[in-house]
Amino acid sequence: MIGKREKQIVGQRLLAAFRDAGAAEIAPDILLPAESLLDLYGEDIRARAYVTADPIRGEMMLRPDFTVPVVQAHMESGAEPARYCYLGEIFRKQDMGDTRPANPRDNEYLQAGFELFSRDPDADAELFALFHGLVSPYGATAHMGDMGLLLDAVAGLPLTQDRADALSHHIWRPGRFDRLMKRFSSPTPKRQFHDTDSAWAGMRSQDEMTRRIARLQADAAVAPLPAVWTERLTRLFALRAPAPQALPALHELADDMPAIAPAVARIATRMQAIADRGIDLDGIIFDASHGRTTLEYYDGFTFSFVADREGWPAIASGGRYDALTRVLGKGREIPAVGGIIRPGLIAELEASA
Amino acid sequence: MIRLGVPSKGRLMEQTFEWFAERGVTLSRSGSDREYAGRVDGVDGVSLVLLSAGEIPRELAAGRIEMGVTGTDLVHEKLAGWKSDLVELAPMGFGHADLIIAVPDCWRDCTDLDDFAAVARDFRAEHGFRLRIATKYHRLVRAFLARHEVADYQLVDSQGATEGTVANLTAEAIADITSSGATLQANNLRILQTDPILRSQATLFANRAAQGPQMSAFLTQLGLTA
Repeated sequence: MIGKREKQIVGQRLLAAFRDAGAAEIAPDILLPAESLLDLYGEDIRARAYVTADPIRGEMMLRPDFTVPVVQAHMESGAEPARYCYLGEIFRKQDMGDTRPANPRDNEYLQAGFELFSRDPDADAELFALFHGLVSPYGATAHMGDMGLLLDAVAGLPLTQDRADALSHHIWRPGRFDRLMKRFSSPTPKRQFHDTDSAWAGMRSQDEMTRRIARLQADAAVAPLPAVWTERLTRLFALRAPAPQALPALHELADDMPAIAPAVARIATRMQAIADRGIDLDGIIFDASHGRTTLEYYDGFTFSFVADREGWPAIASGGRYDALTRVLGKGREIPAVGGIIRPGLIAELEASA
Repeated sequence: MIRLGVPSKGRLMEQTFEWFAERGVTLSRSGSDREYAGRVDGVDGVSLVLLSAGEIPRELAAGRIEMGVTGTDLVHEKLAGWKSDLVELAPMGFGHADLIIAVPDCWRDCTDLDDFAAVARDFRAEHGFRLRIATKYHRLVRAFLARHEVADYQLVDSQGATEGTVANLTAEAIADITSSGATLQANNLRILQTDPILRSQATLFANRAAQGPQMSAFLTQLGLTA
């Protein structure tokens, strides 16, 4: 069992490395207003975060994540470009379902993080190389993906705007996504809308329903998506290989799906930039679906470093979240990429080395 | 001594008494109707504790009673990790109720969970906040909707008169326990066509740590084998 002090020492070491990389230290509050976090993450975060009530400030949350308060602070007053680092506790409930696990995960743990707000296209490689240098000595394997690649692939399908929007909205929910693909790939049966005598009730308006019914009726006349597109998309989503082998596979896929060509070019440039920083690409696994299981606010490059330990979360993870800065920026936006390392896991790896 | 917790009032208490009586154990309230003390005849070493049905899960888990009768809905909702603390001894065949999701009946375009997910997405885009589901079963509803990958909603707490929240504009849909659906109908609500979140009924539970020869003997007498 490793004490908090030891974990704190590892965290301070990581923080010093982040400062050496040009970051200014920032110390967000532990007690955060719940509203923007809830709106962003939805019910998932209510299940996992400690929510409490303040008589004056309303619903508050014990910090479940650093990215949101750091982005908020930057969007309020930050200059560009900006590099921030931080070290502090994160609080997460673990709802165990029906059976209590033998080794429950920690409810509070340290995160050391680095966030980079910059319009420089080289920012992804800068961040990844920084994390790689700090984490790979512990034998962690790097995985990377790109949500922009998947979103472009979906946007490039020969679908109506409605259908493409529904698919990209649910790209983080594989079951729902697959059901939509199936539905769009077969003729839509004509749908009956039952009659009712019930009075109108609730805040959803009659007009909203009328518009959705019209959309559904128009959608029934749309020709099914040819099966070859499902096959191509499945092939793309299943691509998982060491980075140097993934690249030719991506180029081949781009021949069939021209919409992903710009994203593939971006990925190739990023990989080259990473290699230029002295990192061996053979040791990195490119997983096209990597970002689908991570946080929903990543919309570009994503990465994680995974130790060979049963049941462990990633030692480090991060990604690009341009759209989040737009949501939280109240009119402003800036490309941003960031990530966190868990000092507690590093301390455990050091202790067992 | 086995302390047996039983709901302290209403149909649930009466039916529990009948269930035990059919198995040769007579439970009764001692003294007046207002007194929450009870007596047990027909078996030794068992005492009766009358409690609010909602408190029985907690009392069981804490080990302050060894056995108890309550709805599966309450155990599953209130006790995270309940299987580690409690044993489900016997479904009792009454107190049936389903935990369901209901939407306004006037939503002619919303019949199943796929519709519901689509309506929630549209609602959020239109109104700028997530579609609200009123419920007191937060954990069960959230786990169910996560399993079915429904997003774009939020839960709002409703500890009573949940069917009224839609008309009062404090929620767009509800998730609640229903047995006949009559209250839903009266409030112009309709159950979504999907498996219920949970099929609940009155169930005899025991604290896992309290199992032993004494409990086995009692269960044998009740015609149950633990």
